[in-house]
Amino acid sequence: MDALRADPAAFTDYLDRQQNKGLLRFLTCGSVDDGKSTLIGRLLYDTKLIFEDQLASLERDSRKHGTVGDDLDFALLVDGLEAEREQGITIDVAYRFFTTDKRKFIVADTPGHEQYTRNMATGASNADLAIILVDARKGVLTQTRRHSFIASLLGIRHVVLAVNKIDLVDHSQEVFGEVVAEYREFSAELGFASMVPIPISARFGDNVMERSPNMPWYEGPTLVEHLETVDVGAHGSGPLRFPVQWVNRPDLNFRGFSGTVASGTASVGDAVVVASSGRTSRIKSILTYDGERAQAGAGEAVTITLEDEVDISRGDVLAASNDRPEFSDQFSAHVLWMAQEKMIPGRTYLLKLGTRTVSASVTEIKHKVDVNTFQKLAAKTLDLNEVAVVNVSTQEPIAFEPYSSNHVMGGFIMIDRLTNLTVGVGMIDFGLRRATNIHWQPVEIDKEVRARLKNQKPVLLWFTGLSGAGKSTIANLVEKKLVAMNQHTYLLDGDNVRHGLNKDLGFTDADRVENLRRASEAGKLMVDAGLIVLASFISPFRAERRMTRELFAPGEYVEIFVDTPLHVAESRDPKGLYKRARQGQIKNFTGIDSPYETPESPEIILAAGVNSPDALADEVVHYLAGHGYI
Amino acid sequence: MPQTRLPSPAELAGDKLTHLQRLEAESIHIIREVAAEFRNPVMLYSIGKDSSVMLHLTAKAFYPSKPPFPLLHVDTTWKFREMIAFRDETAKRVGMDLIVHTNEQGLREGISPFTHGSSTYTNIMKTDALKQALTQYKFDAAFGGARRDEEKSRAKERIFSFRTENHGWDPKNQRPELWNLYNARIRQGESIRVFPLSNWTELDIWQYILQENIPIVPLYFAAKRPVVERDGQLIMVDDDRLPLAKSEVPQERMVRFRTLGCYPLTAAIESPASTLHEIVYEMLLARTSERSGRLIDHDEAGSMEKKKREGYF
Repeated sequence: MDALRADPAAFTDYLDRQQNKGLLRFLTCGSVDDGKSTLIGRLLYDTKLIFEDQLASLERDSRKHGTVGDDLDFALLVDGLEAEREQGITIDVAYRFFTTDKRKFIVADTPGHEQYTRNMATGASNADLAIILVDARKGVLTQTRRHSFIASLLGIRHVVLAVNKIDLVDHSQEVFGEVVAEYREFSAELGFASMVPIPISARFGDNVMERSPNMPWYEGPTLVEHLETVDVGAHGSGPLRFPVQWVNRPDLNFRGFSGTVASGTASVGDAVVVASSGRTSRIKSILTYDGERAQAGAGEAVTITLEDEVDISRGDVLAASNDRPEFSDQFSAHVLWMAQEKMIPGRTYLLKLGTRTVSASVTEIKHKVDVNTFQKLAAKTLDLNEVAVVNVSTQEPIAFEPYSSNHVMGGFIMIDRLTNLTVGVGMIDFGLRRATNIHWQPVEIDKEVRARLKNQKPVLLWFTGLSGAGKSTIANLVEKKLVAMNQHTYLLDGDNVRHGLNKDLGFTDADRVENLRRASEAGKLMVDAGLIVLASFISPFRAERRMTRELFAPGEYVEIFVDTPLHVAESRDPKGLYKRARQGQIKNFTGIDSPYETPESPEIILAAGVNSPDALADEVVHYLAGHGYI
Repeated sequence: MPQTRLPSPAELAGDKLTHLQRLEAESIHIIREVAAEFRNPVMLYSIGKDSSVMLHLTAKAFYPSKPPFPLLHVDTTWKFREMIAFRDETAKRVGMDLIVHTNEQGLREGISPFTHGSSTYTNIMKTDALKQALTQYKFDAAFGGARRDEEKSRAKERIFSFRTENHGWDPKNQRPELWNLYNARIRQGESIRVFPLSNWTELDIWQYILQENIPIVPLYFAAKRPVVERDGQLIMVDDDRLPLAKSEVPQERMVRFRTLGCYPLTAAIESPASTLHEIVYEMLLARTSERSGRLIDHDEAGSMEKKKREGYF
């Protein structure tokens, strides 16, 4: 530091480094006694962010409310409300700030009690990583499952499993291993991109900032090392989305649209479309207080003017004209209910998405999800802190995208019209087309008649998995075996469909969704014709697989997960695609720079890295025979 | 034409905003959201460094328009003289309307930090005065420059913080606030306090002042000033209203302020830092929090939470 004072250039350089540090926003969750607040206090203390006067008041409070004898009770440093200090629990989310040499951090310290689940969701909504605390003595508890579920629901893809109080189990590697195994087992279906387990003692600081001398068996990173280096990816990739916040009209000669770029890049000259009206224009200028810009990227707050006079108001979305968002008045979403008063389908609420607020109602609760067991349950209404998959209908169509591809365009809140309280939060999974409302003409020859002729139960066998996983190979073998048994089949292959039916589609997320939608619809027609349809598509996203599944009656859709580890698929690389993706020649390649979301509950899992394709094909045929399809 | 345009930060930093750019964009988004959603907002202007930053961000948010709301200063009549001069200059410079409100009844009754104690004084001349002004002008939203890193009850507060008709805050029952979706719905008489600087730290504020060259009250820079020492705190003798004990003889010392409020309640620190660079450097070495210079926070444990529930900013 003193060297900096002597050298102004070095000091300026130091300041630049400070502000060019990356930022990681994470949340901590755990139940009352897992030591969550203690961990945050420890992080602040070890990174020297507790000032002397704060330390003095901590010593005072520790004597008054503390629960750790003569030691400093770090929990008192973060539990900011009087009620929290008195009851020794966290009620609401608190935000803390700390910095290390490598990164800046904003921590959302969230409550663990089930009754405060909504406050945890508040903290999770802006976080990119979750630290799930577990008491080493107790292992995985119900709340561990709940916290993990809520984190996954809000789109958090990176998790640290902090096995705390390891000192109380003699720093045992066995205990640690057991907790980790237990966690891995149930969290597999939550689809986290990374899960890093770390044995720690928040109270004594083991493996928090400093490597613990008590656990020579642990070779992974310390908690802080991991937080400093974990790559959580970037927000805001994808085509331009610019929700208009405020129409900027200082005088009659200037009409600009102020807002924050939600995704993509706005460049002067770009063709844009107003999502609601379909009117197109070009970006004339991008204005800020600091001057005009040629470009503005995701996260930047700017003012855009257009070349044409186009009617635009708050709530409209300017989008890339060649890659538009969905625009519809119906969608399927996951909803977390946050009010004492029940959510009742049919009741109207205000729905705020981006800068748009519209009247909306839930038309149907598909099912609710028990946040502790992940079980799907039937429900007529939703209570406080309950999660459900619902269909939402808005009074006017709005522009949106699936939450998994764009948080700004896919996350919404629901507001009670009378009390004005925020009563619910939702994450859009996919749009429901108007077509779902068109009633079909009943025909006398129906699929049952057709199927009976063929002596089989029609079904869509949906093979999903990485590129090179062996989907087509297995599907081909299954079809051969079925035909040999006199069954009527048809094979829809992902690559082949792209040569014809879908040859106008590319590989953007939107096009991928459309590709799958068409394939699914084609499959549906063939199932209707009575066939056993084999479809092999990478179909990496849960939302789209769900979309397909929901097109079919129960039993008509069988999801087959061709489970081949990435390194195996990559080593096969039949078409040389992985190699090109690794070299950056192919973008959005599943498994490389675009995620593959593991199926949550496929009907069949094929261990394709282990068994031969022929044996795997037999497994499928046995399934069909065993379930009365053939 | 195109060659005269500045490259965007995204281009410069390889698609990555700097920490301050990210904070700036977030604050601008919040400020615009208020202008778009409320009928009659106001910005609390306390003249301090945080207010200066908030005002700068406001100018950025609406450019080329002028900010579509006025400034409100609650004048206890015990502010440093340099603060008042700076306030009037600033309002003129940014071209915004400035409303100055004082609790006239309190003034008539001669309420001062010396006669009634800091707690009662703050309550009457700051909290009550603020509530009077908000009620009188029927403001439905009021911006404040508070930051979450300042104090632990602030760390719990939402960015859009709901207030009842009596301006009360219920910390145990705050509206959930997800992503950057703010619920601005209120009934008549209720209001929302808005904190666009919630996620800034003290260091961020200073770095931003440095980067943007934002004018601040000269009291932040070290100079020789007349002070007396009370309970280990240095109090500046800003005018002859400060009652001095016989033993108290004002001394000229090189001091500055980390935070500014009413002069009898705001302690100075000894410091040679007379430039922004030196201030930031000193900050990096600081071992006490900035609010340690605020005498009202020490009255009792949980005192800030209590004041905030009653309507203090």
